[in-house]
Amino acid sequence: MASHAIAGHDDGHAHTHHTTTGLDNRKIAIWAFIGSECMLFASLISTYLIYKGKSLVGPYPHTEYTDASGKVFPAILDIPVTSASTFVLLMSSLAMVLALQAVQLKGTPLPANAGWWTRAQRSSQLWLGMTALLGASFLGFQAYEFTAFVREGLTIKTNLFGSTFFTLTGFHGAHVTVGVLWLMSLLWIDRTRGLGPQDELVVDIAALYWHFVDVVWIVIFTLIYLIQ
Amino acid sequence: MSHDSKSPAHAHPTGATYLKVAVILTIITIVEVWAYYIPALVASPLFNPSLILMSAAKFAIVVLFYMHLKYDHKLFKALFTGPLIIAGATILALLFLFAKISL
Repeated sequence: MASHAIAGHDDGHAHTHHTTTGLDNRKIAIWAFIGSECMLFASLISTYLIYKGKSLVGPYPHTEYTDASGKVFPAILDIPVTSASTFVLLMSSLAMVLALQAVQLKGTPLPANAGWWTRAQRSSQLWLGMTALLGASFLGFQAYEFTAFVREGLTIKTNLFGSTFFTLTGFHGAHVTVGVLWLMSLLWIDRTRGLGPQDELVVDIAALYWHFVDVVWIVIFTLIYLIQ
Repeated sequence: MSHDSKSPAHAHPTGATYLKVAVILTIITIVEVWAYYIPALVASPLFNPSLILMSAAKFAIVVLFYMHLKYDHKLFKALFTGPLIIAGATILALLFLFAKISL
């Protein structure tokens, strides 16, 4: 059963209803959606890069700014905090892929000498919960960053950096929020009726969305935070 | 349509592979952040290209292994890489147009 489900994952039709492509339409739809999301984030990233360095007033992302009254605004990006949130999001992707694997492995016999790791790999609730928790932690980091920026004088209307930065990272944060809600709904289903290999595609689609949110952040972290 | 006859015979990463991928992603991220704090590296003309290369490597690793695109049907690969190429080309074209980069 599990081997069938895993095999089904590879070609995207664990649930075999007939389609002209031989592939499950829901999986085609999520990949098409992710493709369209690439375009959305490309437009937001382009806008950020085009306006980079064009702000007339500070605060600036990587350099200090002194206004007319002599008030000094330090470089506003907090790389240590964002590095930590990046690590958290990367680990959430690991947890997500382990959640999918746990759903695929449901129902397969556990070896008699199975260690804690083998047992942990079968717990979809553990990994789904972990993914949602890490995603929520990332949002916590983002909320902290946004409020710190506003306290330091950077809002969405302060300058071009603020406008493009809050729009880009805000859109990404909204995507993470949707992902966390999606994961929590899967966790709730898992706790009430249990997720099994028959639900593999449902979890796979959520996982694809979650990993996409992660890869978008990989790009944002480099282009906005690290490149000066 | 005969599906998937050309894809690997149901090859699928194990939990150990996923852990190794996570370790590689973490190491690349540590190198990126470490480089950010070395002024000599930041001043180097290779700094930005290196960061972009490392970011692209992380992007590809997640897509290939965690999103399973390495093992998936070619239609899914096309649905992702097609728009991704257009998105990348759009960014480059706009950066040229607004003189943010030049040849």
